[in-house]
Amino acid sequence: MAATSLNVNGRTVSVTVDDPDTPLLYVLRNEFGLHGPRFGCGLGQCGACTVHVDGAAVRSCVTPLSAVTGRIVTLEGLGTDANPHPVQQAFIDEQAVQCGYCINGMIMQSAALLARNPKPSEQDVKTELANNLCRCGTHLRIVRAVMRAAGA
Amino acid sequence: MHKMIHRRALLQAGGALIVSFSLPLGQAKAQPAAGTKTVSPDRVDGFLAIAADGRITVYSGKVDLGTGVRTALSQIVAEELDVPMRNVTVVEGDTEVTPDQGTTSGSFSIQNGGMQLRWASATARREILRRAATRARRDVSSLSIHDGVVIAGSGQRLPIGSLVDGTTLALKIDEDAPVKAPADYALVGKPVRRLDIPDKVTARFTFMQDFKLPGMLHGRVVRPSGVGATLISYDASSISHIPDVVKVVRINNFLGVVAKSEWSAIKAAQLLAVTWSKWEGLPDQTKIWEHVRSTPIVRDDIASRVGASRSAFAAAPRKLSATYDFAIHTHGSIGPSCAVASFDDGKLTCWTASQAAHDLRKQLAAMLAIAQGDVRCIYVEGAGCYGRNGHEDAAADAALLARAVGAPVRAQWMRADEHGWDPKGPPTLLDMRAGIEQEGAITAWESELIVPDGAAGLVALTGADLAGLDSLGKLSPGGVLNDLAIPYRVPNVTTTAHRLASTPLRPAWIRSPGRLQNTFANESFFDEIAAEVGADPLDIRLKYLADARGKELLERLARLSQWRERPKPDRNADLVTGRGLAYVKYELVRTYVGVVAEVEVNRRTGELAAKRFYVAHDCGQIINPDGLRNQIEGCIVQTVSRTLKEEVTFDRSMVTSLDWASYPILTFPQIPEILIDLIDRPQEVPWGGGEPTCAVVPSAIGGAVFEATGVRLRSVPFTPAKVLAALKAV
Repeated sequence: MAATSLNVNGRTVSVTVDDPDTPLLYVLRNEFGLHGPRFGCGLGQCGACTVHVDGAAVRSCVTPLSAVTGRIVTLEGLGTDANPHPVQQAFIDEQAVQCGYCINGMIMQSAALLARNPKPSEQDVKTELANNLCRCGTHLRIVRAVMRAAGA
Repeated sequence: MHKMIHRRALLQAGGALIVSFSLPLGQAKAQPAAGTKTVSPDRVDGFLAIAADGRITVYSGKVDLGTGVRTALSQIVAEELDVPMRNVTVVEGDTEVTPDQGTTSGSFSIQNGGMQLRWASATARREILRRAATRARRDVSSLSIHDGVVIAGSGQRLPIGSLVDGTTLALKIDEDAPVKAPADYALVGKPVRRLDIPDKVTARFTFMQDFKLPGMLHGRVVRPSGVGATLISYDASSISHIPDVVKVVRINNFLGVVAKSEWSAIKAAQLLAVTWSKWEGLPDQTKIWEHVRSTPIVRDDIASRVGASRSAFAAAPRKLSATYDFAIHTHGSIGPSCAVASFDDGKLTCWTASQAAHDLRKQLAAMLAIAQGDVRCIYVEGAGCYGRNGHEDAAADAALLARAVGAPVRAQWMRADEHGWDPKGPPTLLDMRAGIEQEGAITAWESELIVPDGAAGLVALTGADLAGLDSLGKLSPGGVLNDLAIPYRVPNVTTTAHRLASTPLRPAWIRSPGRLQNTFANESFFDEIAAEVGADPLDIRLKYLADARGKELLERLARLSQWRERPKPDRNADLVTGRGLAYVKYELVRTYVGVVAEVEVNRRTGELAAKRFYVAHDCGQIINPDGLRNQIEGCIVQTVSRTLKEEVTFDRSMVTSLDWASYPILTFPQIPEILIDLIDRPQEVPWGGGEPTCAVVPSAIGGAVFEATGVRLRSVPFTPAKVLAALKAV
C-alpha cells in the first residue's frame, strides 16, 4: 500500500488504496467525496463517469488509479454555481436535464469537445456524444445546450 | 476535500416540530421518528406547513422521478397561496411525514397529487384570509395576498406567517374552497425553470447513489446463475485475499457481500466462488410467442363491448385480421438501483429512490416480520426509473445486508444486476379482427390481448424471494388493459384480455404499460383498415371520432405536420421516406395525443431512421409548458428507442442482455427532430403528460414504414432483420 499523489481540480491530493487497480471513479467518489462522476455501468459503455484527464474526456470507471498521471478535473472543478463553465450555464439555459444522472458525462464530454473544437457543427456534437447514453431522452436539448455554449 | 457534512434541520412548521432532512448533503444520520405531524391525505396539515417566517413546507407523497414535477408542484402551491416560489420547499416521499398518495406513476402526479395540493392550498388560503379579516377588522372580500403578505387596505400588511399557529392548518381539505381564476395566474402555465437543474449541472445534487451515512458499509449482491437456481455452496476462502470484507451474507438463496470499501465489495462479489444449481426453466426465446399462447389462462377480462361483434364479423363481406407482438423490455435506468438501510433498536430506516415509499414500507415490514410503524422509508431521487425498476429490490437487499451485519449498508446494484434482475415489461400479444362492409364501413372490431394477470400492485422483492421471505408480492404487470378499448365509433366491438398465469421474467410496469402495446396494435390495425378501404389515415380517424376535442387535436396535428400536403414517397428508391399518423385518448378519459412520424427506410439494409416527429398534445391546463415539452420529447425519444432497437434476450437459465452492448438504446446520431403543438386549456383540469405520448410512437413509425414501402410491421422491435423479411415477403 503506497500513497498515490493526484492533481484533482487544481489541488494536489494524496490517497492510499490497497489495490492500484481501483478504478479512478471510486477514488474520486469515496475518497474525495466528488459526486460529479457517477457509476452507470462500470464497463465504459455509458459515459456517466466521465472526467477530464489533461483535458481529455476519460471514462473513470474503467481507468485504474495506477494509470492516471495527468491533471484530473471533475464536474465540480469545471465550474461552480457562482461561476459556472459556459457548458454548465448553457445546460441551465436550455433546461437540458431530465433526471440528470447522465448529465455529468454530457457536460464533461462536451466541454472536452469545445476545448479542442470551439465551433463544432451539430453533427460534430452528436458524433462526440455518440457513446454517452441518456435514457430519459433529453438529447435534443443537450445538443442545443452544447451549440449554445459554442456561441452558435 | 472529503467533507463530512452532517446537517440536521429542525424546522418550526405550523407550530409542530418537524424533523426533516436537508438533502443536498450526501451525509445524514438516521433520524428518530417525528411522530407529531399528521400524514392524513384529507387534512391541510397533512400536505402543508407554514412557518412563522412565512416559509412553506409541502409534504408530497408524489415524488420527482427526474421529471421536474417538484417544480410544477411548487408552482401550484405558490400560485394558490400567492407566495414566492423561493419560499416553498417540498419534502417528498417520507413515510413518516408525507401522506400516502399512491405510487408515483401513470402520469398522475399533477392530475391527482397536484390537485390535492391545490385544494389544500386553497383551503389554507381561505383560512388565512379569514384570520386576517378578523385581525384587521375588515371584510374578507376586501383582502388579497401578494408575495406572502395579506394586504388589508390602508397600508395594513399581515405576513401570512404571522397569521398561522399550530392549529391553523388542522383543517379538512375542502375541494370546494375557492381556487384562483386561471386569468390571475402568475406562475401556473409559465415555463418556470426547474429548481433542481443548477445543482445537477454543478454536482451539488445528492442522488440516491450519492447518499451516505456515517459508518456505512458497502454491499453488493451475488445473484443466481439462473432465475430459479438455488445456492448449493460458496467458498468464503476464495475472497480471503480481499481486504476490508466484513461478511458474506447468505439467507437461503440470497447471497451478498459487505465490505468497508466499495471496490472491495465489488471485487468480492465478482470473485466469490459460488455453486448454483443448474436451472433451465425459461422458455426457448425463439419460440416465445408459442410459449405465450400455451401459457394457462386464468381469466378473461372484457375491456369493452358494444353491440354484437361476433355476428357482425361473421356477416361482414370483407374481413381483416392480424397479430401484433411487443417484446420484453427493461427499464434501463442509467444509474443502477441503490438504497441505504440502517437499523436502530430494531427499527429500519431505508433511504430509497422508490416511486412508492409507502408500499415499500409495507413490503419491507412483511419481509422482516416487523411492524410497519418500525419501518421508515425516505425518498431520495435516483436516476430516472420509468416505472417499477430495481429500486425497491435494492432496498430489500440493503435491509437484509444491514440486518445481517448490524451496521448501515448501501446496496448498489451493478449494471448486470439492473439489466438482469429489474422487473421487465412482459411479452404482449394482440390478435385483431375487423369486419368491413362492401363499401368500406367498419361494422365489427374485435381484439384479444394476451398478457399476464394482475394490475399495478405490489411486485415481489427479489431479495425477499431468494431469502424465502414473504414481501406481499404478486403478479403485477401494471394497468395493462388500459387503451385496449378503442376511441372510434364502431357499431360492434368486443375487446378481450386473456390473463396469463405466468410470464417468463418477473413483470412490472414500464412507461405507458399496456397503453403502449394496445395502442400500437389498435392504431396500426386501424391503419390496415384504412389501407384496405383506400382511406387516408387522418380522414378515417376524423370520420370515426365523435370527440370534438380529439378532432380539433387531429386538425391541429394536420396543420403542424402539413399532413395533407405531404409528398408521395417513391417506393422504388433505396432510401424512401414515409409518414405515419397515430392518435390516443389516454385510457379514453384523459390526455389527447396525436403524432406524425417521418421515417426513412433503407430498403437494402432494412434500417429505419426516425427523422422527425410532429406532436399535438392536449392535457388540459398546463402547469409548466417547458417541463411538459421536456417530458413529451423524452416520451418520443425513449419510445423510438424501444420500438426500433430494444428486446431483452435470454437463454434457458437467465437474461443474457446484461449490458448496453447487448441491449442497445438510441444514441445521439439517431435522435429525431421533434416539433410540438401544445394545446393549453387553462379552464380545464390538468391531466398527465409524463407518458401518454409514448403510446402513439410505435404505430406512427409503423404507419410511416407502410406509406414508404407498402409493408406493415407488426412486431416490436422493428429490427432491420424483420424489416428485410417483411420487404422480401411482398
